Formats: sequence, C-alpha cells, structure tokens
Amino acid sequence: MSDLAVDPSCETFVLNMGPQHPATHGALRIKLVLDGEYIVEAEPVLGYIHRMHEKMGENRSYLAFMPNTGRLDYLSALSYNHGYVSVVERAAGIAIPERAEYLRVITVELNRISSHLLWLGAFVLDLGGFTPLLYTMDDREQLLDLLESVTGSRLTYCYFRFGGLYNDVDDNFGPGARAFIKRMRRRLPMYHKLISKNVIFRQRLEGIAPVSAEMCRKYGATGPVARGSGIAYDVRKHEPYSVYPEFNFDIPVYEQGDSMARYLIRMDEIEQSLRIVEQGLDKLPPGPIMAVKVPKIIKPPKGDYYMAVEAARGSFGIRLVSDGSATPYRLKLRSPCLSNLSLFGEAARGLLLPDAVAFFGSLDLVIPDIDR
Amino acid sequence: MSGYFKEIYDGGKSLLVGMGITFRYMVQPVVTLQYPHETVPMTPRFRGHIDLACDQAGNHKCIVCGTCQRNCPSGCISLKGEKPEGAKKKLLIAYQLDFTKCSLCGTCVESCPTDALIFSKNYNLAGLSGQEFILDLLKRQEERSK
Repeated sequence: MSDLAVDPSCETFVLNMGPQHPATHGALRIKLVLDGEYIVEAEPVLGYIHRMHEKMGENRSYLAFMPNTGRLDYLSALSYNHGYVSVVERAAGIAIPERAEYLRVITVELNRISSHLLWLGAFVLDLGGFTPLLYTMDDREQLLDLLESVTGSRLTYCYFRFGGLYNDVDDNFGPGARAFIKRMRRRLPMYHKLISKNVIFRQRLEGIAPVSAEMCRKYGATGPVARGSGIAYDVRKHEPYSVYPEFNFDIPVYEQGDSMARYLIRMDEIEQSLRIVEQGLDKLPPGPIMAVKVPKIIKPPKGDYYMAVEAARGSFGIRLVSDGSATPYRLKLRSPCLSNLSLFGEAARGLLLPDAVAFFGSLDLVIPDIDR
Repeated sequence: MSGYFKEIYDGGKSLLVGMGITFRYMVQPVVTLQYPHETVPMTPRFRGHIDLACDQAGNHKCIVCGTCQRNCPSGCISLKGEKPEGAKKKLLIAYQLDFTKCSLCGTCVESCPTDALIFSKNYNLAGLSGQEFILDLLKRQEERSK
C-alpha cells in the first residue's frame, strides 16, 4: 500500500466507475476517491436496476412468483428456483419424489458449472486475455444445449415446480451429461495450463486484495469469497437440503484470501460439481417426477419459514412469512452478491485501480442479484 | 541478477505454452455456425412463445375456460369466447398473446385442462415496434391448419 493511500494528500479526486462500465458487468456504480492511481475510498452506489422483486412476491400467488426467481442471479437461475420451491414446499409440507430431487441436484450443479464458466471467461477478459473467453463459451454452449433440451430455456430457467419438476428428462440427457463431464475433465487441465500458470495472470492476482476471514464474517460474505479466505462454509454441507447428503464431494478451501484463491476455488468447484453430476446420474432412481398431492392453489399454514441454498455465488436465503392466504405476507430474499459486494469498500482501500478491477472480477458479482 | 533471468525465462515459457494451446485450437474444426445461413434445430422442449395446438382435424382444442389467463404471472394472455345461439359450449373468437410481457414460465401450457397450448419453436423474433409482438394466436392456428 502506498503511503499516499494511508495518508492521502489533499489532491484526491473522485472517479466514477460505472454505472456503464464493462468490468462491472451490469449497472453498478462505484464512486472511487483516488490519490493518483491508488484508491483512498470506494463506495458502491446501488439501485440502478432495482425491480422490487420482494414486493412483487407479496402481491401474487406462490406459483406466479416462480419466473421472478430466475431473474435475480440469472447466471445460476436454477439454484434460485431451487431455493424458492424448497421454502414453499417446506412451508406447505409437500414431499418431493426422489427422482425429482436427484434431477434438481443434477441440473443445479450443471447450472453452477455454466455460471463458473461464464465468470471464468469474463474474468480473464477483464484482465486483458481474450482467448479463454472463446474456449469457455464453447464449453458453456454445450452445457446450455443440454439444459435447454431439459428445461426449454437457456438462461432464465423456470423448471422446478412445487412438488417436483415441469417435465422429466429425455433419454439423451444421461449420455449427453456424461459426454460433457468427459469433455470438461479434458478441458480443465488445459485451462490450468493456459490461465492458472500464466505469468501475467498470476502476477495480477497473487497477493492482491487479501480478504481476511474476519472481514468475511463481518460483512456476511459466503460462497467462493468466504471459502477463498479459509472459511469452510457451504450450505450443501452445513445445512444439507435436498439429496446432497447422499453425495460424496469436497468443499475446496484456500487460506490465502487473495484474488488468486477466489479464482482457484471456482476452478475446483467445477471439478466437484462434475463429481456430483456423475454420482447423480449413476444413482438416478426411476419413478415419478411430481408429488401426487399438490394443491392447485398453495396456501401454506401461518408461520415464518427460512431456507438457504448454495448458489454459485454463495448462500441464497429466502425468508417466507405466510399469513395462511394464497399470497406470501413477506418474501425476503437474501442475496449472496450484496454481502460479497459490501466488503469491496474496505478491501479495496489502498489498491491500485487496475488491481481493484481484478479484485472486483474475482468477487463474481451479478448486479441484478444485488439490486433485486 | 539470477532472479531477473528466471523471470525472463518463466515469462517466455508461459508465453510459448499459451501460444501452443492457442495454435492447437486454431487448427481444430470450427465450432461456430454461420447464422443466418446455418441454424440449429430447436430441441423438442424448446420454449418459444405459445401457440394453439391443432388436433387431427386441424381444429384448436380451446374451450375458453380462461385458466391460462388467470394463471399467467404477467397477465399477457387475453381471450374472448362467445356462445352462439342454440349452442351449449362457448366458442373461441379471439386469443391474443402479448409476448412483450411473457417470461416463458410455461404455467399456461401446464395448467390447460385440454392441452390446447403448445410452445412454438419460433425463435427468430425481431421487430421494429412492440405491436409486432402482440400475437393473434387464433389467426396463427387457422393459417397453420389450412
């Protein structure tokens, strides 16, 4: 950290990064107070694409809110679908057939991989490397084709339903997913060779913007950001939901807390997700994909319910307060990106401006998820 | 001094490894399609905008119950039915879809008691005004059944 950043001279100036800036990947504005090229203060300014999702939840039926959940973090829409259907199923006491649970886990994990692949391409692009983006997009395209053949959409999925799924998978899904796993396992070493070992890439990330475990706890950061700082917290392991306890997978943790650690976490997570998908396909039981008794109009009993799921960017929580009617009384959405962004101001202090861009990329923020 | 040369060596090696990978991919088959000259066939479950399904005789199966309209989260479906004199059942006279509001959730298709709705495979949607996306599904169905 430069001495100037610790004790800024009187010649600081304000620079707006965003709301339209390619590295913020959406309409987010960061007000930077700079001393030369060093950041003295960074203040994220939110709300440019606030769409009142929580309020929308309060004035429509439970099913009618379903499409909204795919539009918060649109890159891991299935995790959000999963969180929402799970909390409503928990509230209304709906049991889900095992096949549906397995298919939910498989599709969510595939979605996590596609989200990480897009992040990887965009992140390296932020750092000035264009080629990896084309390779990750190629891989992601295979995955989107696979998910499209199941869910009917490519990005903003609306696939899960209370009590099960919209439709079962076809016969091509299993072989298609296995072919993708094989392909991805071949590609990962290539990515490590091309990106992880690249000198420029490493020098721009190693030791840059260390985030301590203490800071993660203070701001409630979860997901790869927390795991990159040595906090082994993953909702799938610590508050298991769905059929995750039946899978054998590891939670990658790195102690360094720098941008490189956050990058490596996501690369390892792709590997772990491939393991989960593989096991899911092996264990996939036959049977129905929809619970037999699902009321047409969902009216959960009065109460306060909470459910958290591990989305691609961290713990996504939904608090549902029901007054017994057909519309939620309150629907609070806890987004991982907002918490992960909150630590930006403190952690970016003293960084060089280009390093802050790399740090921002390593947080993997999706702006519609922050603003909701 | 040795650190200086090591850095040059590492940098050079990293560059060559990267170029090697890029070169290998350069000579591999092309993965992109020359759209619009080539297109990808849509998967059977692809969700385009909805359409009225035809039965074997070429008629639609809508009974004007209005379930799709009631269940639509965005309120983009409007339909009208009329009971001709002497008839017992309502007849569909207009079915309009405002595709500008549709989020393709599939609730209408799912809730239809007579399976009268299907997803079209139409993805080449581009227009100059919003009006072009207010679709008259009844007209589309009649044209298809001709």
